[in-house]
Amino acid sequence: MLCQNCNKKEATVHITKIINGVKTELHLCEDCARENPEVNLSQPFGIGVPFSFQNILDGLFEVSGIEKKEVNDEIRCPVCNMSMEDFRRTGRVGCGNCYAAFKNEMIPLVKRIHGGVQHTGKVPKRTGGLLKVRRDIDKLKEELKTSIDNEEYEKAAEIRDKIKELEKSADNENNKGKGEK
Amino acid sequence: MANLYSNMNGSDIIITSRIRLARNIKDIPFPHKLDEDKSNEIIDKVYGTLSGDDLQGIGPFNLVRFNKLSSAEKFSMVERHLISKELISNASKSAAIVNENENVSIMINEEDHIRLQVMMPGFKLKEALNYANELDDIIEGKIDYAFDNKLGYLTSCPTNVGTGLRASVMLHLPALSISKSVGGILNTLNQVGMTIRGIYGEGSSSEGNIYQVSNQVTLGLSEEEIINSLIAVVGKIVDQEKAARNALNEKQGKELEDDLYRSIGILKYARMLSSREALNLLSNVRMGIDMGIIKDVKPEVVNELIVKVQPATLQLQSDKELSGAERDELRAAIVRDAL
Ligand SMILES: [Zn+2]
Ligand SMILES: [Zn+2]
Repeated sequence: MLCQNCNKKEATVHITKIINGVKTELHLCEDCARENPEVNLSQPFGIGVPFSFQNILDGLFEVSGIEKKEVNDEIRCPVCNMSMEDFRRTGRVGCGNCYAAFKNEMIPLVKRIHGGVQHTGKVPKRTGGLLKVRRDIDKLKEELKTSIDNEEYEKAAEIRDKIKELEKSADNENNKGKGEK
Repeated sequence: MANLYSNMNGSDIIITSRIRLARNIKDIPFPHKLDEDKSNEIIDKVYGTLSGDDLQGIGPFNLVRFNKLSSAEKFSMVERHLISKELISNASKSAAIVNENENVSIMINEEDHIRLQVMMPGFKLKEALNYANELDDIIEGKIDYAFDNKLGYLTSCPTNVGTGLRASVMLHLPALSISKSVGGILNTLNQVGMTIRGIYGEGSSSEGNIYQVSNQVTLGLSEEEIINSLIAVVGKIVDQEKAARNALNEKQGKELEDDLYRSIGILKYARMLSSREALNLLSNVRMGIDMGIIKDVKPEVVNELIVKVQPATLQLQSDKELSGAERDELRAAIVRDAL
């Protein structure tokens, strides 16, 4: 079989895509396959149906209870000017502020994808501010509990001091925030 | 070249561990919305955080711009898992920051402004995460990230928000591939927010039987929780692979031994090898070494060949543009030499 793209070389790369139940086949030579954006080494399609975000996006919107007609296309992100229609087309938001600008659409979508909507992981060290301190306090409180359970009272006292210190800095951070407003 | 793979000493089923963090700069549109000037500004800004003298033993890091590289050089970086194809499809606006031994690669202006990757040989997810966090903190020391208290690190695609973390482990699963068990594993993994995919090749099976297991869910779990569940899942898959190998050995021991010896025979004497054939035969040899059947080949040699036989990396070994047939010839010569 010859390559469907250049019709010159033998097709050695065979791609089967199944999107929304429609099967399409693509036969390419090694060189053309390498130029083809659908042939992605870092996201191979070795097994199962390829994961295409754009293609499942509409489905996700449907189950999130957002009908296409309800989406107001007049609204645009103040920072990057993206509209909801742009997002539907590309599957990508335009900037970080889009999540807030399209909160009503994005939060249910994110929930569908991840199951939850509350970040519990890392917080930026320098700019994380109060949230970063609170996370550190939570972590220390857990350590405190373990050390008490293990009857390591000296260690527990040290941790308690650290927590006090952090709580003080959290208060300062809090007041600073109020002062700015 | 391919240092990461040649440094491995005999870690058998688990090949490499990888951590990827997606980060974006606050109040700046994502890469697909940027023109060349703005994109270059971001490249300078990010590289600026890692090009100082105060890195305390981390680095040095080199900035790679793709307009200066040949097509083979670019695609060889893809084959070495340093960058993605998407990054070079946008070559005039993108760049990569890579360290000497190629275990750190930071893609700039791919889908997100920053995609920080750390790769380590063997099963070292925690170590890789710690290293990635260190680099992340260095970058964040000078750059304000797009971050939301509720949604975490904000990314171009909502599938990555939260931790922005994709942790993955590359596995060699020949016996599970032969027994067609990978599909079942996929179904199970999907239910726990993870996935498995073939690394090389296309169609129904993965060439070389190399797969990548990674988390899909990035929000609602901490980095540690994501990694701990991945570690648990990978441990189970490794157990299953071992059991499948034992079963194979018990049921078809002689045939298996014959297969493995034939594989090394072909690799040692063939005059032409396609990348598919080479990868599949190398997979057999690797399994033969792991099972103690093939004794005169070092696993590092096989690991290094897996990368060297890839088309673009192969092209780099030659000073003239190679046709498919010429590549197959060179591939066979390189494999013969190494074995
Ligand atoms: Zn072609
Ligand atoms: Zn926006």
